[in-house]
Amino acid sequence: MLIARVVGSVVSTQKNGKLEGAKLLLAQPLDLDGKDRGPAVIAIDAVDAGVGDRVLLVLDGKAAMLALDRGLAGVDAAIVGVVDAVDIPGEPARR
Amino acid sequence: MFLARVVGTVVASRKDPGLEGTKLLVIQPLRPDRTPAGKPLVAVDSVGAGESEEVFYVRGREAALPFLPAEVPTDAAIVGIVDHWNTT
Repeated sequence: MLIARVVGSVVSTQKNGKLEGAKLLLAQPLDLDGKDRGPAVIAIDAVDAGVGDRVLLVLDGKAAMLALDRGLAGVDAAIVGVVDAVDIPGEPARR
Repeated sequence: MFLARVVGTVVASRKDPGLEGTKLLVIQPLRPDRTPAGKPLVAVDSVGAGESEEVFYVRGREAALPFLPAEVPTDAAIVGIVDHWNTT
């Protein structure tokens, strides 16, 4: 899992049937220091996250399918948690 | 999944039987600000996308799943046409 920031939402009328009704968010993966870590991805939202939230992002098909809970589907990314805080001993808490 | 724009099509007369009847599109991955992100690639279309449309696509083994029960040997598949996206 990665920590990511929700930076936007995506609207798509015409999409694969398994994705009907799924909420799609743009998530920017982050390093622990808050810098961008690679490209932004489109992820299924399983936890009702919102733009600006810091979230837990899975970048794996199996995990994303479990989060979507519709069996085999063409998905590879999902948001599975909203981060309240990250605590790394010896460093200031990151909220 | 990743944002991309359809920039072309690929025609291949001789191909794996699993790819028969599929539409092969050249897509340019995009950043949320619509600048190119990396190099173009070829993806199999599962939603009826066309030239210059903005789409999102799946990479890796999951790319074969939108076509089930057909078994399509692909590592990239377009799974949605984007109407619009909003960024902060």
